[in-house]
Amino acid sequence: MTSKFPIVKNFKIFGILSVLLCATGLVALLGLPFGLNLFNFTIDFVGGTEMEFNMHQAVTADIESQVGSLFQEATGVNGSVTAAGNSGELVVIRSTSIDSELRAQVIEKMNETFGLTDDDLYGNEDVSPTVGSDLQRAAITAAAVAILLMLIYIAFRFELTSGLAAITCLVHDMLIMISVFVIFRLPVDGNFIAAVLTILGYSINASIIVFDRVRENLHATRRETFEEVAEKSIWQTLGRTINTTLTTVFAVGMIYILGVDSLKDFTLPLLIGFVAGAYSSIFLASSLWGKYRKIFRRKA
Amino acid sequence: MKKSIVSLVAVLLVIALLGVSAFTGLCFPGGFTTPEDGDEDSRVLIPAVTDQTHGIRLGLDLVGGSSITYEAVIPEGYSGDLASDMNVAMAMVRARLTAQNYTEATVALKGDNRIYVEIPNIKNPEEAVQVLGATAQMLFMDADGQVWLTGTDISKAEYYYGSVNGSPVSEHAVVVNFTSEGTSKFAEATGSISARSDGTNFLAIVMDNNILSMPTCEYQINSDSCVISGSFTQESAQNLADLINIGQMPFTLEQVELRSVGPQLGMDALRTSLIAGAIGIALIALFMIVVYRVPGLVSCIGLAFYIAVEAVIFGLVHVNLSLAGIAGILLSIGMAVDANVVIFERIKEELRAGKSVKASIESGFKRAFAAILDSNVTTLIAAFVLGFLGTGTIVGFAITLGIGVVVSMFTALTVTRLLLNAMAGLGIRSPKAYGA
Repeated sequence: MTSKFPIVKNFKIFGILSVLLCATGLVALLGLPFGLNLFNFTIDFVGGTEMEFNMHQAVTADIESQVGSLFQEATGVNGSVTAAGNSGELVVIRSTSIDSELRAQVIEKMNETFGLTDDDLYGNEDVSPTVGSDLQRAAITAAAVAILLMLIYIAFRFELTSGLAAITCLVHDMLIMISVFVIFRLPVDGNFIAAVLTILGYSINASIIVFDRVRENLHATRRETFEEVAEKSIWQTLGRTINTTLTTVFAVGMIYILGVDSLKDFTLPLLIGFVAGAYSSIFLASSLWGKYRKIFRRKA
Repeated sequence: MKKSIVSLVAVLLVIALLGVSAFTGLCFPGGFTTPEDGDEDSRVLIPAVTDQTHGIRLGLDLVGGSSITYEAVIPEGYSGDLASDMNVAMAMVRARLTAQNYTEATVALKGDNRIYVEIPNIKNPEEAVQVLGATAQMLFMDADGQVWLTGTDISKAEYYYGSVNGSPVSEHAVVVNFTSEGTSKFAEATGSISARSDGTNFLAIVMDNNILSMPTCEYQINSDSCVISGSFTQESAQNLADLINIGQMPFTLEQVELRSVGPQLGMDALRTSLIAGAIGIALIALFMIVVYRVPGLVSCIGLAFYIAVEAVIFGLVHVNLSLAGIAGILLSIGMAVDANVVIFERIKEELRAGKSVKASIESGFKRAFAAILDSNVTTLIAAFVLGFLGTGTIVGFAITLGIGVVVSMFTALTVTRLLLNAMAGLGIRSPKAYGA
């Protein structure tokens, strides 16, 4: 099979593109321990109170400021007020964590002022800062353990260098998800963590399918170089990679289009992750495996 | 030919049977009784998808409701037994939930020092937040409402099993130990109560104005301990002991997390995700048939089998289905199709290499197996780790994903294979029909 466009030979182009895309995410992650916060963290991570009311009318700037001063009066805390929902009928108030008595007062005043009932209290969430940092720790531990176990499995079934290549692609996919969230200031919440962890399990599949073909082709041939085998394998599995990504995107994409806000928050990072995963398994995975092989061979 | 028709019909029948039983539920007189609901009518073999008591439970984000997490504010120098003190605190929260009529609420320990409460269908949770976590008021009073002792007069209440008052039969009971001040107050109380002649010889144990127990008292007890006995089970005696101990609970509870979803929003979430799921599956089916023709059709039948099996399994293991869980299901449907895609692509290649349809199907499966196994195992690893190390909705997601991966791999390697061979056996042998 003669490829129309050599993928392994052009690794530099794809590599540079990926580095550029990942850079933001990497900087954002590395900055965290040094107090540089580029994320739009929700109350899930930093703690706070978030209340959502159905106002049964389009939320205008006027209503927003009315709600804002009502909240300030009831609690003595400044809250940010935004409109939400498909037709802009919902109002979301966010503030630092306030206690139950104050929240009860806000609900009472909202009901009084705008003629609402408790049915219109769509969401009411409060997270203390300690719980938020617990979530961060649990997420990082889970990701680290999962990556390590997968690396061991792949190294066992293939070879260490392929495991490293697959993990590199995985980290690449996660960094791209993070980059998109940082660049577009999308809210990072517990759902985002679940999404990143999902991609952890999903995107490695694509790399493995390609590696499986490389493994098989390597056994079948003696004359071709690793690069040639890799190139051939990528093209042989291309149909599968694209079709699988498409079917998964159909299923998850429909939720993104039709789902409620919290599901949109969950499915958007997934969709980004799927695309990044397809890209990395086609354009990066096998080339990286080849590069790592060379490095390890030279040392050996 | 005959064999092919038989296996095709058999698979369709199995799908229909599973599908119908998942939809309507399957009950057998004398079937299993699930341990948590020992009642007579719970002999459900396969619970219906809509049967929330025996089968899939919907998460709070789908039915609306609140989850509240309390943390024990432990004072400096605390040296007690945290685990047993937390049990006392949980008994307190449970008693209050019952008193407030939140019968469907659940209480669980989270970590070492947190209590997690879920209350379905509650609209405004703030009152519950305050009531459940408040410091308890334990009083011991007589029929006239005179308070004889308070919680601080008790040093410790314990569950006891053995002989009471020299009776030869062992029974479940509660032993209450008093402080020295409590001992004299108790002697005074029992003296007064046992002397009553209006038939109200009891000392009511009252928490937050709710009567927990009304032990009768026939004579004065001048001792630093007493035994409350009666028709207790081990559980109810332990529970009463825990409740009496609330008076000495060495910490207060502080709400550290509240998640509340209005019932309307929950309903919207469930409805839209069901619609989205249906459209997504339809799109996948259409795509598979257009791209892969006959195998595509086979994968759709396989998908139907997969969905029916999942519905049955989720019911059997009482999956707690939240929004993240639904996403996990849809993701695993996407992945279920993946195994098919890998196989079909392989078959196409074999056909292009000039093999017959039958031989191509055979070697297609053989060659795709390693790839399918390896990719599914890595996903399972991720699902396991998330299930064990994750919290809250992440766990629900990991469970649905994990079950999905196993079922999808099984479906792809058995049902799809059987059906494809049946198709070839039926005489559909043009490579074109297989997308090549």
